Amino acid sequence: MINRKEFLKAAGCAALAAVTGRWAAAAETASKAGRPQSAEEAARPRHERRPRASRQWGMAVDLRKCWKDEGCRDCIAACHQEHNVPDLGNPKEEVKWIWKEPFEHAFHGEGHDFEKAGLGDLPTPLLCNHCEKPACAKVCPTKATWRREEDGIVMMDWHRCIGCRYCIVACPYGSRSFNWRDPRPFIKKVRAEFPTRTRGVVEKCTFCEERLAQGKPPACVEACKAKALVFGDLSDEGSEVRKLLKSNFSLVRKPGLGTRPKVYYLAP
Amino acid sequence: MLEKALLGGWKYWLWILGLLAVCLIGGLCYLWQFNVGLGITGLGRDVAWGFYIAQFTFLVGVAASAVMVVLPYYLHDYKEFGKITILGECLAVSAIIMCVSFILVDMGQPLRLMNIMLHPTPNSMIFWDVIALNGYLALNALIGYVTLSAERNGVPPPAWIKPIIILSIPWAVSIHTVTAFLYAGLAARPFWLTAVLAPRFLASAFASGPAILILLCMVIKRVSRFDAGSVAVGKLAVIATYAMVVNVFFVLMELFTAIYSGMPEHISHFQYLFAGLGGDATLVPWMRVSVALAVLALALLLNPGTRRREWTLSVACLAIFGSIWIDKGLGMVVTGFIPTPLGRVAKYWPTAPELMISLGVYAAGLLLLTAFYKIVLSVRGETAA
Repeated sequence: MINRKEFLKAAGCAALAAVTGRWAAAAETASKAGRPQSAEEAARPRHERRPRASRQWGMAVDLRKCWKDEGCRDCIAACHQEHNVPDLGNPKEEVKWIWKEPFEHAFHGEGHDFEKAGLGDLPTPLLCNHCEKPACAKVCPTKATWRREEDGIVMMDWHRCIGCRYCIVACPYGSRSFNWRDPRPFIKKVRAEFPTRTRGVVEKCTFCEERLAQGKPPACVEACKAKALVFGDLSDEGSEVRKLLKSNFSLVRKPGLGTRPKVYYLAP
Repeated sequence: MLEKALLGGWKYWLWILGLLAVCLIGGLCYLWQFNVGLGITGLGRDVAWGFYIAQFTFLVGVAASAVMVVLPYYLHDYKEFGKITILGECLAVSAIIMCVSFILVDMGQPLRLMNIMLHPTPNSMIFWDVIALNGYLALNALIGYVTLSAERNGVPPPAWIKPIIILSIPWAVSIHTVTAFLYAGLAARPFWLTAVLAPRFLASAFASGPAILILLCMVIKRVSRFDAGSVAVGKLAVIATYAMVVNVFFVLMELFTAIYSGMPEHISHFQYLFAGLGGDATLVPWMRVSVALAVLALALLLNPGTRRREWTLSVACLAIFGSIWIDKGLGMVVTGFIPTPLGRVAKYWPTAPELMISLGVYAAGLLLLTAFYKIVLSVRGETAA
């Protein structure tokens, strides 16, 4: 016979186990979403599963090459044309996937009094950092933005986004844009191959995941005549981007925040 | 019971019609925003949240403050609050409905709002805030309805409601804590990245809520035969005093940490608030008024003589309300964005349609509150003759 106290204890434990078990199961399904798994892999006990072969896309921006022509806007034009990014002509409501910012703003708070003359004014290309720990994806209440496990791209679902702009608030890099009004009348030449967006949703650079799927490099990389943008797989030690990072001094934006950006700046 | 809200004299109906008119103007402005987009507001890529979210934050505090009458009455059996507890609960219900409305008008795609429920995401603080706020709304609506029904029938409230009332006490704390977590967990925004944000939210809520309740009691006393009683009002004043002292203390803690540490990214936001930054001093006069009102409120409240005299108490309550509304409803949200993470001093000021939509939401909340109070007073037979 068990007494009342023991019974209550056991019942409490059982209830707790049931609740935590369900949570764990839910968390597991959530983390697997969008990540196909082979039947063989899934059949193994959890602890025996091998890490999946996966890519991690990243980009190195070679500032020496980029700054040879400070007025160049080729990467921006190519990207914005490719993705039907509107030109609203209004900085308050601006939509931008890749843009240039004076070095002192791109690397805000990193400068000092005696740095190289004129460094702070040099136009530095900025885009989504495709962080390993993206603050934007963490705060999104609808999973409309998330980090794709198989290649590290921070993705965006314009059809699910409710326009709460929490991701914009959470992003430390200003990489996200909101459609403050209908963007379609402001697209110079609509490209039928890529969707346009509606008002009230957030958008940003997706490393041209649609081009990568076709084996093409991102539009900005292709457009850069100076070859200043180097794109590749960071998990491949032999990739050009990894070699560049190994042999050059490089920076990422706001490393202290723990977001682990995947866009690197090769310092001059 | 609801039909009692439809019986009233011409003054009552004039008030109702006035509120409805403001609701209508706000509603029309919202239709405009709904069709054109949030571009008609002062918001932009750098200041992504503004007046709407700030009002939401302020009103979550007003809602949470109902616990300041519920707790003494139900947990400590403080009988003097018997008459005003229901007023606090009605205020909470109206405030939460205003909160939800402010969230709704801030959405870029309001018709997709249910995506939050369809794709529940526990790592987002918005998910928890939705649960906290809706739960609190349900609790207070249920408690208010059950206790008032019992009162109308001349019987004590059923025993099963007691645990629900007790549950509403920690739940009240949770709504403002989770609302603070919306801000306080963002590495990108040093201004909000402070552990004292949730305690500070609660302190300012427990000062402003009772202050509003005191003012409401004074108004109701003039327009009906209801009298909260000087003991109850006096106790509310003491609660508001303590909470305001704690609130000011927390603000000073924030200032110490930011200024003494000397870290530019922490100081710059306070500079923007109190001294102006990069030539932009938009909020400076407002914040100075907020500080002056806080000092005035404390001076009047800490002195027992002025705290007990009705007209000085009403001035003190208005001062608390003004001081905290400026702090939370104007300064707190916007300053998180200025300077931007890229070190720019962005500009923001709400536009006319943005203000009209906000006024519309406030009018709708007041309309609800009026109806609730009318029902309560009618049930008690204390409406104006």
